[in-house]
Amino acid sequence: MFPYLPHTEEDISSMLDATGVSSIDDLFKEIPPEIRLKDSLNMPEGLSEHEVLTHLKALADKNKRRISFLGCGSYDHIIPSTVSSLMSRSEFLTSYTPYQAEISQGILQGIFEFQTLICQLTGLDVSNASLYDGHTAAVEACAIAVNSTRKADTILYSKTIHPFTKGVLKTYFRDLGIALKEIEEENGVTSINKLKEQIKPGVAAVLLQTPNFYGFLEDYEGIAEKIHEVKGKLIISSNPMSLAVVKSQKEWGADIAIGDAQVFGLPSYFGGPSVGYIAAADKFMRKMPGRIAGQTIDADGKRAFVLTLQAREQHIKRERATSNICSNQALAALGTTIYLATIGKEGFRQVGNLNLRKAHYFFDKLTGEVGLTPISRAPFFNEFSLKVPGNLPEVMKKMEERGFFPGVNISAMLPGMEEGVLTIAVTEKRTREELDGYATEMKRILS
Amino acid sequence: MNLPENLKYSKDHEWVKVENNIAYIGITDYAQNSLGDIVYVELPEEEDEISKGDEVLNIESVKAAAPIYTPLSGKIVKVNEDLDDEPELLNKDAFGNFIFALEISDAGELEELLSASDYDKFLEEE
Amino acid sequence: MNEGLIFERSRKGRVGFLFPALDVPEKKIAEILPDSYRRQEIPPLPEVSEVDVVRHYTLLSRKNYGVDLGFYPLGSCTMKYNPKMNEAAAALPGFADVHPLQPESTVQGTLEMLYKATELLCELTGMDWGTLQPFAGAHGEFTGMKLFKAYFDSRGEEKRTKLLVPDSAHGTNPASAHIAGFDVVELKSSEDGLVSLEELDKYLDDSLAGIMLTNPNTLGLFEKDIMEIAARVHKAGGLLYYDGANMNAIMGIIRPGDMGFDVVHLNPHKTLSTPHGGGGPGSGTVFVKERLRDFLPNPDIVKEGDNYRLRNSAKSSIGRISGFYGNIAVILRAYSYLLFMGSDGLKAASERAVLNANYLKEKLKKTYNLPIDMVCMHEFVLSAKPEKDKHGFSALDIAKGLLDYGIHPPTIYFPLIVPEAMMIEPTETENLDTLNEFIEAMEEIHEQGRTNPEILKKAPLSTAVRRVDEFRAAKEPILRWFPETKTD
Repeated sequence: MFPYLPHTEEDISSMLDATGVSSIDDLFKEIPPEIRLKDSLNMPEGLSEHEVLTHLKALADKNKRRISFLGCGSYDHIIPSTVSSLMSRSEFLTSYTPYQAEISQGILQGIFEFQTLICQLTGLDVSNASLYDGHTAAVEACAIAVNSTRKADTILYSKTIHPFTKGVLKTYFRDLGIALKEIEEENGVTSINKLKEQIKPGVAAVLLQTPNFYGFLEDYEGIAEKIHEVKGKLIISSNPMSLAVVKSQKEWGADIAIGDAQVFGLPSYFGGPSVGYIAAADKFMRKMPGRIAGQTIDADGKRAFVLTLQAREQHIKRERATSNICSNQALAALGTTIYLATIGKEGFRQVGNLNLRKAHYFFDKLTGEVGLTPISRAPFFNEFSLKVPGNLPEVMKKMEERGFFPGVNISAMLPGMEEGVLTIAVTEKRTREELDGYATEMKRILS
Repeated sequence: MNLPENLKYSKDHEWVKVENNIAYIGITDYAQNSLGDIVYVELPEEEDEISKGDEVLNIESVKAAAPIYTPLSGKIVKVNEDLDDEPELLNKDAFGNFIFALEISDAGELEELLSASDYDKFLEEE
Repeated sequence: MNEGLIFERSRKGRVGFLFPALDVPEKKIAEILPDSYRRQEIPPLPEVSEVDVVRHYTLLSRKNYGVDLGFYPLGSCTMKYNPKMNEAAAALPGFADVHPLQPESTVQGTLEMLYKATELLCELTGMDWGTLQPFAGAHGEFTGMKLFKAYFDSRGEEKRTKLLVPDSAHGTNPASAHIAGFDVVELKSSEDGLVSLEELDKYLDDSLAGIMLTNPNTLGLFEKDIMEIAARVHKAGGLLYYDGANMNAIMGIIRPGDMGFDVVHLNPHKTLSTPHGGGGPGSGTVFVKERLRDFLPNPDIVKEGDNYRLRNSAKSSIGRISGFYGNIAVILRAYSYLLFMGSDGLKAASERAVLNANYLKEKLKKTYNLPIDMVCMHEFVLSAKPEKDKHGFSALDIAKGLLDYGIHPPTIYFPLIVPEAMMIEPTETENLDTLNEFIEAMEEIHEQGRTNPEILKKAPLSTAVRRVDEFRAAKEPILRWFPETKTD
């Protein structure tokens, strides 16, 4: 008795008859008997739906939640009710990749809207149907740069990008004869002088991140021109929420913009699903990885959408492909599209402003009355890093007991980093009461 | 098949026309036909030095992408920019539209190309 | 019905959402964000009301076809029913609202779920340990290829760079091997669509890294020589990679680990009933034999006493493959499915998937050409070459014809080794009535194609749009909306 298996005994025997075999076992006769399983799989018998959900609820309850100031790549933002309600429509949820355009106009148009929004936010010309996350997006962007720069084999990245992005870059490029070079930082931001020294022929890509891993904003004035002189490509990763108030990648002269759009309506979910975004200048259109939705017309001349430029993709190029992405994060991309449509132009301005203002109020409070020291004087959006005196893990534990996840101990994530650096994210979701409460508790713990 | 006698051919289905030390290179009718409706030709950069066998460009149709390997070494001196706007010219007249031209650096490589009749035979065997 | 894009519904001044008002004192903007860092113009996002948003995306959903609407025999994609229980599980806030960097002691529920899911999947695949991090099948393949690489490097066998991939393989296989740094060699299939031992023997030397196989393969046929293939590849010093796209045929019947595979990837969005969401999020979980365990990506999940921890393992690890830990919500759905089905349920699912496929195959081969006529596994491949040659209608026309019956077409033009291929995978969750309706539709389409191909070539007639112009889309790409490209 299996609710998802509709066969009656009668069905099975009539189907076996029609198939010309005498038993289900006969259908597996091509499998050498000596390697077939002799016994059942060593796993529990099936459960009822109620039992499964009870078990999972108990597991979920083992997870603990606090007032969260955690960031470093995943953020706790307000999510409008429209997002989960609309993205869970089963016509979207239970569809495959839209190979048959005529019955997939919903998801195709959703992707087309997503691409448009990403272009609007970054200022660049072409985007795609999404990538896995912001970190693997960095890999794809570097691959575009390497593949469109002749005789170039070096990727420069700043020390201030997310350490996990560095990790993923190393995994992907280590065996391919591509040199990865790290650019030093200075006062919590990329050292522009050191960067300029390293920009020379042979550099395919320069990967920078602003707001950077510590939360601080970087100034890239004049960098793009310098990179373009040696035919390299500038890639800038940005938390897209920051793009409501800070310069877009295009405004810094980037060739390729990337990042992670979890901030637009997706819960943190222990890191996934999130959704990576990528946008690039027009000339990279045919080097973009993954699915792309395009506008065309149908047989009646009516506007229609379809997956296009497929000649780039691995199902056609096979071993000559420069990216292997096939399944992406389409539904999550649709969720971010619904989020942005819901909050709209005015909401985006508001949420950007709320993040900026609350983070600065809190920064002033922590550096003022609580007496913590910032690791940089650079401007920031909604995240910043402070030096906490004493034993940071112990301080954090005490904060947790008092109801807060006070931030991320990035000293523990970065080899060579000084001890005691806490990175704090403040979103529009945090109230003044929570901010003041945090400051009071922190002050008490430290005194 | 109607193969112009004045051209030389490669087994990768390219044609070559030599004028003074310049080789004009395109794809054969057979190649365009197997690709189908061509939507994009990725033109190489002028001045680039290329060696025989290098992948110099890609031709894309709706459902296929074909790399073009140069049959000769040399410096690219000209690309057919008409193909930027009208890639379908290759479908309409494959032998009448070159893709790029190069200054031949090793004339010996010309010897390895096929004549029209040899290429015709090669096609029959394919 | 408004056919427009969300941008075309925009009217200056409309709002769809309210954020809480600012509750902290405001400083002058120039004091906190110097002008040189500031964006000059707010992006022109749509200005619509909440009602507009809801209508717009609800209408869009009605122009989309999913498993919940009907039969979806898309070969190699295992479009089985996606249980609602899984969605209820994934919606539990206790799982959704946890941050990837919060203290391990506060995410024990998630870590325990991931650990137990790994254990169950190891049992299902016959492997020793694994990682749930890869975001999709192709990402799993890449991870597997990196594991191969790390394994050979650890043995000083860097010269093993040749990776065999059958010509019937999924396109991601050669692409993944290539971007992981291997030299891909295409292995020609035998006449009966299987790996040819004779062909294989040509490549068994000390430059061999290994072979990527799907078993059953993309023709839906079981590689019956698998033990011999494994023995020869291993003897030559190579490794075997199992592409789990077709695992739905063999759950509880035979395991990749028992067939000699060293690395396996399994797609929860196919085999384990998690929804594919119009292209993702999926997952590409990877499992290995003990000798490859130390190379698994960071971090690993370990159990210490009653506690679960994330651990950056041995130096030999291939490193990080993603930002955090993969598509957790997808793994949770798969775990929920595994618990529900249990050992017997999983086996019954595979048995009935194979029964459904064979039933369809036997019925349809009366009308259509079945290039390789033998017992199939969970899917089979028909060829519309005779129809194309004799009557002028193609696999594409048949696919478009099915749309008018409210049925999702099979995978077409794949595998590449069958001309005019139609790859049909019914899955186990379809009942006999649905299968019979499909057979009838396929027969009627054939009849129409024979008698009146011109009408079939115009199909579909009843869908939201008619056949779309792919040539135009690729030749003059329009990949985003601009105010001036408004056509309606």
